[in-house]
Amino acid sequence: MSEQLSITASQLTKRFGDFYAVDHISFDVRKGEIFGFLGANGAGKTTAMRMLTGLSIPTSGTATVAGFDVYTQSEEIKKKIGYMSQKFSLYQDLKVAENIEFFGGIYGLSKSRLKEASEKLLHTLGFEHEAQAIVGSLPLGWKQKLAFSIAIMHEPAIVFLDEPTGGVDPITRRQFWNMIYEAADKGITIFVTTHYMDEAEYCNRVAIMVDGKIEALDQPKVLKQTFHAPNMEDVFYQLARKAKRSDG
Amino acid sequence: MISIQHINKSYGKKGEIPALHDISLEVKKGEVFGLIGPDGAGKTTLFRILTTLILPDSGSASVAGFDIITQYKEIRRCVGYMPGKFSLYQDLSVEENLSFYATIFDTTVEANYHLIKDIYDQLAPFKTRRAGALSGGMKQKLALCCALIHKPTVLFLDEPTTGVDVVSRKEFWSMLDKLKKDGITIFVSTPYMDEASLCDRIALIQNGSILSIDTPSGLIQNFKYPVFGVRTDNMTTALKQLSQQPSMQNIFPFGEYMHIIDERSTLSVEQISRFLSEHQHQNIDVQQIKPEVEDVFIQLMKENNSQ
Repeated sequence: MSEQLSITASQLTKRFGDFYAVDHISFDVRKGEIFGFLGANGAGKTTAMRMLTGLSIPTSGTATVAGFDVYTQSEEIKKKIGYMSQKFSLYQDLKVAENIEFFGGIYGLSKSRLKEASEKLLHTLGFEHEAQAIVGSLPLGWKQKLAFSIAIMHEPAIVFLDEPTGGVDPITRRQFWNMIYEAADKGITIFVTTHYMDEAEYCNRVAIMVDGKIEALDQPKVLKQTFHAPNMEDVFYQLARKAKRSDG
Repeated sequence: MISIQHINKSYGKKGEIPALHDISLEVKKGEVFGLIGPDGAGKTTLFRILTTLILPDSGSASVAGFDIITQYKEIRRCVGYMPGKFSLYQDLSVEENLSFYATIFDTTVEANYHLIKDIYDQLAPFKTRRAGALSGGMKQKLALCCALIHKPTVLFLDEPTTGVDVVSRKEFWSMLDKLKKDGITIFVSTPYMDEASLCDRIALIQNGSILSIDTPSGLIQNFKYPVFGVRTDNMTTALKQLSQQPSMQNIFPFGEYMHIIDERSTLSVEQISRFLSEHQHQNIDVQQIKPEVEDVFIQLMKENNSQ
């Protein structure tokens, strides 16, 4: 194998009754790649992510994440990944330091490694003085940066980011992407969903889901050429408006 | 239609958490007025004050000619409010929710059906489904129908498109355009800067303060600094190299391009291109461009923070 693969999926499918939430999708994600996963509401993104993070068993098809099988090794997968979303990231009632300790424990860091990782994390973010602050009192942008740092504290092979920048101010949103680039440079694979189409341009490759299927997958540059589109928003719009599936 | 003078609001036992600082603005009849800013800027607090759900600490405001403090009952009768958080009855069906809201306002679904017809047509196949079992896009449409069913004079929409995909967002804005033609004044908030251009006028809000109020085109025309769009084959390296130049520190990725806001008005297309070719970049594209609302927001945010 000339390049390492972080995620492989082949004909991956999830069916609820006669409804194909995810309909035979196949793709690979390389190690250290920033992989954008786009789709309209109801296209099947969340279901696909749940299968890849070991939370939902596929109906058929195969997939591996960090070399582990999604059917039989979901516990190993959970140890090798990080996850953050806009909806759930940190415990709002706990202090910054308490959140770090809690998630570090969940991710199985030893006491000494946790201490070291925690200090490094606070230092990198410039949060030394906020360690005792209640997370709920921090501005959203800070919370999201903290949540991301915590999600990669245990040096996972892959981090899944589900709309990490929703509602974040334009400067912090860009600082957040700098953090994503730095993590990718260290070899962490990034699997990210977003509704901001400018952010689709920052991904190495982008997959666009429509009605449970991957309708396009390539570098943003190539997608724009293929669809004769001036930007990724237009590529997305051309594909997603064809969706037949009502999102009801 | 909406008039706000010097509104202040803070939260906490001692008022130690500021939410709004000296907000003043006017919204004209029939206008689509956008309140644009990130989460935590104070948008929802202002909505809750104008819809008479909370009181300001100081300042005054009126909606549809009624005072928010002394005439709150009149305001509640004539405004429609779609909160950011889905607040319909999850256990009632689509049609039950709608007739419930019509009944509360002492009207019927039939009386104002023309207002919601285009939106409700898309919901009709699911009219017996419980609201809690609808998808995000459908919930949003139902909430809009319920906010419209008593034919409000002013419609308050708090982040109606947050977390919604590009296609549904476009659809939603075209629905608003139709409502505007029906003469309804719309006060809408969004964290998406690209939606600013769909409003008649906008207020940019950050940390509880209004940064600017203008038409979208006025905001862009009145921007003081030149803006350059830059693209090369290696954007990450270019961004690092350019941002190390004292004259080009104000650089931000903007999708396919990076934008340099030239605060000192010292740069030229040739100068930036030369710098990039000296650093071995390929396929260099540098242009002076019209700023976007997001450029303006970034600049105002920086100036506001450094004050």
